[in-house]
Amino acid sequence: MQEQTMIEIKDLSCKYGNNEIFKGINLKIEKGIFAGIVGPNGSGKTTLIKSMLGVIKPTNGKVSVNGGLVKNRPSSNIGYIPQLEAIEWDFPVTVEQAVMMGRYNKMGIFPWPDKKDKRIVRDVLERLSIIQYINHHIKTLSGGEQQRVFLARALASEPELLILDEPTSGVDLKTQHDILHFLLSLNKKGITIILITHDLNAVAAHLPWIICFNKGIIAEGRPEDVFKPNILKKTYNADVTVLRSGSLILMANAKPLNTDD
Amino acid sequence: MIDFLITPLKYEFIVHAIAAGILIGILCGIIGVYIVLRGMSYIGHGLSHAAFGGAVIGYISSVNLYIAAGIWGLLSALLINLITRGKKIKADAAIGIVTTASFALGVALISRIRRFTKNLEAVLFGNILGVTTEDLVIIGAVTLIVIIVFFFLYKQMLFVAFDPESATVYGIRVNWIDTIFSVILAASIIVSLQVLGVTLIAAAIIIPASTARLLTNNFHKMFFLSIIISVFTSVAGIYVSFYLNAASGATIVLLGALIFTIVLIQNYIHRRIMEHEHVHVHSHGGIVHHHKHIDKEEHRHEHKEKA
Ligand SMILES: Nc1ncnc2c1ncn2[C@@H]1O[C@H](COP(=O)(O)OP(=O)(O)OP(=O)(O)O)[C@@H](O)[C@H]1O
Ligand SMILES: [Mg+2]
Repeated sequence: MQEQTMIEIKDLSCKYGNNEIFKGINLKIEKGIFAGIVGPNGSGKTTLIKSMLGVIKPTNGKVSVNGGLVKNRPSSNIGYIPQLEAIEWDFPVTVEQAVMMGRYNKMGIFPWPDKKDKRIVRDVLERLSIIQYINHHIKTLSGGEQQRVFLARALASEPELLILDEPTSGVDLKTQHDILHFLLSLNKKGITIILITHDLNAVAAHLPWIICFNKGIIAEGRPEDVFKPNILKKTYNADVTVLRSGSLILMANAKPLNTDD
Repeated sequence: MIDFLITPLKYEFIVHAIAAGILIGILCGIIGVYIVLRGMSYIGHGLSHAAFGGAVIGYISSVNLYIAAGIWGLLSALLINLITRGKKIKADAAIGIVTTASFALGVALISRIRRFTKNLEAVLFGNILGVTTEDLVIIGAVTLIVIIVFFFLYKQMLFVAFDPESATVYGIRVNWIDTIFSVILAASIIVSLQVLGVTLIAAAIIIPASTARLLTNNFHKMFFLSIIISVFTSVAGIYVSFYLNAASGATIVLLGALIFTIVLIQNYIHRRIMEHEHVHVHSHGGIVHHHKHIDKEEHRHEHKEKA
């Protein structure tokens, strides 16, 4: 049964200084699944992922990825796409150099990439239609293109698990759609994916598994089971109207903003 | 011109100084790129001041200068770590307190003893006199080690400087890289103290890399440009120091600052020209408008409706 589990989190707690973000989280993520994590700003989604990946040290608990315990860093192939606000755009790297970083762990001891690494990077850039920017500075790309650079970096590492922190924020509808469909096709090829997003309607329509998070796991399950007014109210501390029509689920802010507040 | 370059080479001390200058140039050029990109400039500044206290104590108690400065630097680092552990004092403040106090201790000790005052000036601002063969061997060894380390850890260093959090996920041992870098940084500073001087060494490290940053957006190019600029300024600075009889640290830093300024101005003019040339008018969807391209590679623009 162990082999069926991609991520197993046991009793995980995290603090920044004295600020407790969450406590005692237990979670299992099956191999091959495409799971979405949703929750309000500041609810600890990014923190949860970072502590899962060894980026920040949890105050308590254990995480294993693909059967291996994450201590200081994960031992499995993970493609990680950070929230883009965290990226230093003025850093002097070209698109090719940034994407090549995804291959560093697989490259030999020499500082330069070999033919295979170069080919893989070119292939990924082509698949994501950003090959024309290969020698451009990362800062000069548009938001959607920048997002794809980091997706390309993750894919260049040939991951078994892909973790994306809000890849669809700040990009237009068409690009959001393209990214989601691209991810779905990767998932079909067997890559496990975890996606943090604020786009409830898109994940409701396409993802098989949703985790509602707010300083803890409020609920998890199939979209039709978790996207319910009471669960959403608990997650967002706000009233959300859920409209259903066949298999389509649409969510919207229910009441007009109270101007008296 | 040739005479200008060759005449000084008749003196053995100047040959030594230039050899040291080339090595230190390589060292600072390499280290500087990482320091500048990780925003660690103040650490270089702090380390050199901390090492000074150790060097003076070493001098007085006739312990080897390099060993004394090294041990002292290590103790300072531990102390800084201890102070920041309480979380009330942030790292920059802790570094400021420990390293400046260490520097002050060095100054107090050395100025008490009259016959050291000449040496004090040399240590503070750099001196090309008296680079011994032994010094050259030590500087050479450290340069070689730094080159080897950067050769094998180049990828990791680049990733950690760019995106330390993701680097962890992609299997890079960020803590190791940080530790290794701190050690080579400390070693580089200690061996460069004599030529560059305690107070000027941080600038000598930062300026070539910053100049290189202005010249390119490509990390690999920045790396090599930084080394070239750094070697050039330190060798040229040593010549100027010889002819003007001025402290070598000062002439090296001044030359570097001059080149930096020229590049900065050139960059500014270039950008203005680009802005000028790339204003263009076009229309889509029936709306005609014009805008500037701020960067030569910038193709993004906002479409504002014209009032
Ligand atoms: N490095 C940090 N140091 C201190 N506090 C932090 C740090 N990072 C995040 N926090 C705090 O932890 C809480 C959770 O942050 P986190 O980034 O995990 O939220 P999130 O769910 O990802 O939010 P968003 O949807 O806005 O990205 C926030 O209150 C935030 O202020
Ligand atoms: Mg977040």
